[in-house]
Amino acid sequence: MRPELICPAGTPAALRTAVDAGADAVYCGFKNATNARNFPGLNFTPEELAQGVQYAHARGAKVLLAVNSFPTAGRFDLWRDAVDTGARLGVDAVIVADIGVAAYVAERHPGLRLHLSVQAAASSPEAIRYYVREFGVRRVVLPRILTVAEIRQVKKEIPCEIETFIFGNHGLMVEGRCSLTNYVTGLSTNMDGVCSPAAQVHYDKEPDGCVATRLGDFTIDRFGPDEQAGYPTICKGRYHVPARDDAYYAFEEPVSLNLAELLPQLIEAGVEAFKIEGRQRSRAYVRQVVGNFRKAVDQVLAGEAPELADLVALTEGQKQTVGAFGSKKWR
Amino acid sequence: MTGLAQAKSGAAGAGRFLPPPPLFLLQPILRRVVRRVAQLHPNLFDRLGPHCNARFVIDAAELPFVLLLVPDPENLIFRAVSRRGEPESDARIRGRFFDLLGLVDGAEDGDALFFSRELEITGNTEAVVCLRNALDDVEGSIAEDVAGLFGAPGRAILAALRRAGNRRGKSR
Repeated sequence: MRPELICPAGTPAALRTAVDAGADAVYCGFKNATNARNFPGLNFTPEELAQGVQYAHARGAKVLLAVNSFPTAGRFDLWRDAVDTGARLGVDAVIVADIGVAAYVAERHPGLRLHLSVQAAASSPEAIRYYVREFGVRRVVLPRILTVAEIRQVKKEIPCEIETFIFGNHGLMVEGRCSLTNYVTGLSTNMDGVCSPAAQVHYDKEPDGCVATRLGDFTIDRFGPDEQAGYPTICKGRYHVPARDDAYYAFEEPVSLNLAELLPQLIEAGVEAFKIEGRQRSRAYVRQVVGNFRKAVDQVLAGEAPELADLVALTEGQKQTVGAFGSKKWR
Repeated sequence: MTGLAQAKSGAAGAGRFLPPPPLFLLQPILRRVVRRVAQLHPNLFDRLGPHCNARFVIDAAELPFVLLLVPDPENLIFRAVSRRGEPESDARIRGRFFDLLGLVDGAEDGDALFFSRELEITGNTEAVVCLRNALDDVEGSIAEDVAGLFGAPGRAILAALRRAGNRRGKSR
């Protein structure tokens, strides 16, 4: 079995870069709340997606459309339009999280391949089988909370393909359920598609060279002059709590996932697709990360030891981990 | 999300090592540069959305002046301004010259520069994110487009700058 390399495309230029760098498939979204990277200046118009599909298909690559946020009452037309437009433009699959959207795809576009987003947080065989049975889901993107051994076991108990993240953002909140941004900004990661909206992010440089990061009215971190930085997300912030003398990462640390060293075990466990996170990242990131993982995956499949390039410069906080894939005691 | 952070300490005040150039000589060149980029990449402005009227100050730490950019397709502004007379802005982007060149060249990742504290951003973060995404969606290299304006000498200068940037990247 040859696992697919699924690569991020935040812009048309990034899509072409990913395809040229060896992506088997790219994933992308429209410029609205229907996907979980609804960031300013990012994503695709229908016209841009049409051109992207044409470019990818001409080179043997697939396009997966992320429609993976959760519609709220009265706004379902937006999600329906996204699915219909994607189907009309010939995307190879839609990635969904919400059961209403999944039902719509299954009923209106039964020929369109359906992938279950990580935002659905389906990690047990029972949950995954439910989505397969009810909506005909063909692939599940697993949350980043399972060890390789657990993935191997899950694979034996489900009738669909498995996709796992192998590089990028390392978010261990119950995916699709995080309300931290909503609590602070009034906008929802899951329903508006925006985690830490840039309009409410502020960097304040202080006289001593430190930089304080604020989200809305809340200071979520303060970096010393020579400290590495992370994203301005609440889950990666440092906080003072009564039980500690110093501020500390109460939820998660700024660190990125990198499973390059686990590729052979993941392939052996039956994983059908490897996902690289980072639709919000640049073409330079896409070119480097996709190119390196293309080479590494091909080497593993050829029975060779993969040459693992150093990607730490691209990681959040300049740190990387295999996270829960290696051990539940990862932190 | 954005990639921004503070330029490392050595960059602060580096501009003072270079003599101030006659800025009036730079202005027509910068006007020509920005008009050429706009002409070649009209879709760039779509990604800026409501921030095409924003005033960006771009501070390459080694230069003795800063650059003011207003990416309004109806009234493009790109000019050099003395550090002493820096205008008010909506957002300020500061970093080393070669890092900023790498960003417009499509060779550097803004978030990585942020993580390593090589870039500093203050002001309207959303406007900067839009600008970053707009520039990153430009096919090819803006730096090459600009170099092409000046023919063989322009391309030779860009090649030399890239070599210098690569040497610096390998040494850090």
